[in-house]
Amino acid sequence: MSQAQVQNRVENNEAWIELSAIVGPEHLRPATPEDAVEAVQPAGVIAPGTAQEVAQVLRYCNSAGLTIIPRGGGTQLGLGNRPRQADFVLSLERLNRVIEHAWGDMTVTVEAGCTIDRLQGVLREQGQQLGADPMQPQRATVGGVLATAESGTLRIRYGAIRDLVLGLEIALPDGSVIHVGGKVVKNVAGYDLTKLAIGSLGTLGVITRAVFRLHPIPVATATYTATLPTMSDATKLVLAILDSHLVYTGLQIHARRADQIFVHVRFEGIPESLQDQYAKLGRIAGAHEFVECAGDVWTERQKLFVNPGSSVICKCCVLPSQIGSLGDALFRQTDLAEVAATLVAQGTGLAEVRLDAAGQQPLMTVLHALRAEVDRLEGTTTVSQCPGTMKDELDVWGTVKDALPLMRRIKQKFDPGQILNPGRFVGGI
Amino acid sequence: MNARLASEFRSIVGDAGLVSGPEQLRTYECDGLTLFRVVPELVLLPATAQEVQAIVKVCHRERIPMVARGSGTGLSGGALPVKGGVVIGVSRMNRILEVDVPNARVVVEPGVTNSAITAAVSPHGYFYAPDPSSQVVCTVAGNVAENSGGAHCFKYGVTTTYILGLEVVLSDGSLLRLGGASLDQPGYDLVGAFVGSEGTFGIITKITLRVIKKPETTQTLMAAFNSSSEAGAAVSAIIASGMFPAALEIMDRLALEAAEAAVHPNYPNCQALLLVELDGSTREVELLMEKVGPICQSCGAWELRLAKTEAERMAVWKGRKAAFAAVGRISPNYLVQDGVIPRTALPRVLGEIDRLSAEKSLRVANVFHAGDGNLHPLVLYDRRIAGQEERAMDLAEDILRLCVEAGGSITGEHGIGEEKKQFMSVMFSEADLDAMQRLRSAFDPYDLCNPTKMFPGTDAKLQRPVAYEPHPIEIAGLAQRY
Repeated sequence: MSQAQVQNRVENNEAWIELSAIVGPEHLRPATPEDAVEAVQPAGVIAPGTAQEVAQVLRYCNSAGLTIIPRGGGTQLGLGNRPRQADFVLSLERLNRVIEHAWGDMTVTVEAGCTIDRLQGVLREQGQQLGADPMQPQRATVGGVLATAESGTLRIRYGAIRDLVLGLEIALPDGSVIHVGGKVVKNVAGYDLTKLAIGSLGTLGVITRAVFRLHPIPVATATYTATLPTMSDATKLVLAILDSHLVYTGLQIHARRADQIFVHVRFEGIPESLQDQYAKLGRIAGAHEFVECAGDVWTERQKLFVNPGSSVICKCCVLPSQIGSLGDALFRQTDLAEVAATLVAQGTGLAEVRLDAAGQQPLMTVLHALRAEVDRLEGTTTVSQCPGTMKDELDVWGTVKDALPLMRRIKQKFDPGQILNPGRFVGGI
Repeated sequence: MNARLASEFRSIVGDAGLVSGPEQLRTYECDGLTLFRVVPELVLLPATAQEVQAIVKVCHRERIPMVARGSGTGLSGGALPVKGGVVIGVSRMNRILEVDVPNARVVVEPGVTNSAITAAVSPHGYFYAPDPSSQVVCTVAGNVAENSGGAHCFKYGVTTTYILGLEVVLSDGSLLRLGGASLDQPGYDLVGAFVGSEGTFGIITKITLRVIKKPETTQTLMAAFNSSSEAGAAVSAIIASGMFPAALEIMDRLALEAAEAAVHPNYPNCQALLLVELDGSTREVELLMEKVGPICQSCGAWELRLAKTEAERMAVWKGRKAAFAAVGRISPNYLVQDGVIPRTALPRVLGEIDRLSAEKSLRVANVFHAGDGNLHPLVLYDRRIAGQEERAMDLAEDILRLCVEAGGSITGEHGIGEEKKQFMSVMFSEADLDAMQRLRSAFDPYDLCNPTKMFPGTDAKLQRPVAYEPHPIEIAGLAQRY
């Protein structure tokens, strides 16, 4: 169906009229090819202005059997399987307010469509921050980061995004708006549904608002880098730092080749303490010299996703001590298959790998070999980005062991009509 | 329970794993909340996950309710047996299976105690951060079920932050591995959902958790104030200065008197005492501690004492941890509360508690984790005086409502269990509770795991707050509440 035909069909149908009535006609528009999700073309883009409107849209779509792709900044639309169907993109762009920065309580209440940069800007005015640095903060939104459980280089100190969330407001397909968790740091009343929603890729409900706990912005920051000859040496150094009393807020291995590997360490605190930490780092590193460098090394993760083209980007989750084995296996394979590889691994054992090659076959070969190695290490490999044609041949999520039937039951309880992101999540949920 | 079933259970767990004598069964009739008591039909003490599975399959077939139990130290009745049901105790499954120091991971069976984990990794310089006061006896599985806290949550977070993987048996007898040693396993975060589900999702048979490196230095400052509001203002000022203390604790006059009477910590003789604990790199802690003193003084502190050595710090914490039980020395009866409020609401809520206390002519001792706003107001009364208990319960209920109105929670670390289930509808809407029930039914469609707990029953009448009575292990000096 052509774009014009789609537009003609939707503007005259009942769904269009009903949805316009909920959000106002100016907030419902025909979708363009840019709104496609993995080549699946939606009919329209709807932008509700309140959580209640989100819920009403979901309720209507649920009753009419129409599918919804929730969208924040659109930075992670390549994540997951190709959707089975995508009738409407539900944009959170109008839910973009910072509702309350309770700086005395070190909490913030913010709507899901607010970008990370804007949120951090507001918090900075009181010397506070959300202790997370997800990719593309100028576009990525609070809701998108939560739905994908994106975490950055600060995780090693401040925890995952799930550890920073105190409460959520979520619109469900049955039209209800629920509040889970709360506004306080300690709260064990009821089930922790925040954990269920975070990382669920919008398959259970649409997050409309979040409450986060915050951290002070450190007085001073310094980043140091050392160059190491092998993955094994780099891993040993990272393990020594993990086992030390150093108080780091970033610890990363960056490698483009098997024999030139960088280890980055970031310290934050008061200036006197930074000098002290640097001296101690030197003693731990021994023969490997650390030199101060610019802080932009912490965007190496994000740089992997620049101009993805036909590359494959995957996330390998292993234990910190296994990063060396992972890197060795990676570069052994890429050398054989003439594939270019970049590895950015955090000290937490979370590694991002980008593979580039002339054709799809060598990429597939390396990916399968890498996955086999990670499986052997009892870790997991998720493909975050790859050409659409490859998605037909591989399971981007990898295996989900024996919990999949339970996950399906949970999906069935919250979204029985399967209207939210159908098919994109694990096991085709 | 009929003989056929009893013998079927016996064939699974053997004589050593079956408790059926009326006297022995009474040992299991309550947990740390001693007011509610139900004698279970049978208590089963499996030794392996396979035995747990076999037990659960029988219960599923016969539709027998099951209540999982660790050490029974919970304070909200989570391990209270259910009428006509069995208790599945995990105390015999108490092996530490794996200690992986380089990756800071530990794999344990459910009956391992909280302290045993720290003991296992301590020689390597690590510790397990969540520190509920019963840590010497309470089990990790109990901590997971209740999402236990402790005094150091403000900086280090609660149990859920540290649990990476669970092996669980669901009510149909299926054994599932959720999460694992590496982070970010694909799919729903079922480990996160399971933590804090108070035994209503299934039975935990194995836990993979994370330990952390002990800080290089820890220092604790005591600051004496003329009022709790001054101490509260100092807490705000310390946080506003950009520091992130490991603990911030306030005790008021009554709590101090009680602690002094019980364990003689030799606190300054004041109206309100603030404890500020900083940890981290030695240089940073020393420099920051130099700033904490003047901040406290600017808020009215008239005496500062710094505990630098481990022994001095332990003495300070001993008094703090003893405060709960110690209140028994200054009042014949009292109610324990666990509400949470946003920290900035502290002066207002404390003022309101004072007002309510005067109105009801009852004393309230305040002990709280000021950093995270977790209040433990203790309502003191004398049951022998007519009408006092009734008034005390009214007052405790008013305080819980006050916490919810201030944007807080009815429980910060003790859980809902049997005790506070009717208060759930004060805090959550029907839609919120319905969403929770959906999740519960996905895990346990027949409502066999710890049924009747956590959610308001059909009887809409509020469950009254219940009187504190020391648990046998407290009397034995094995645990304190705080």
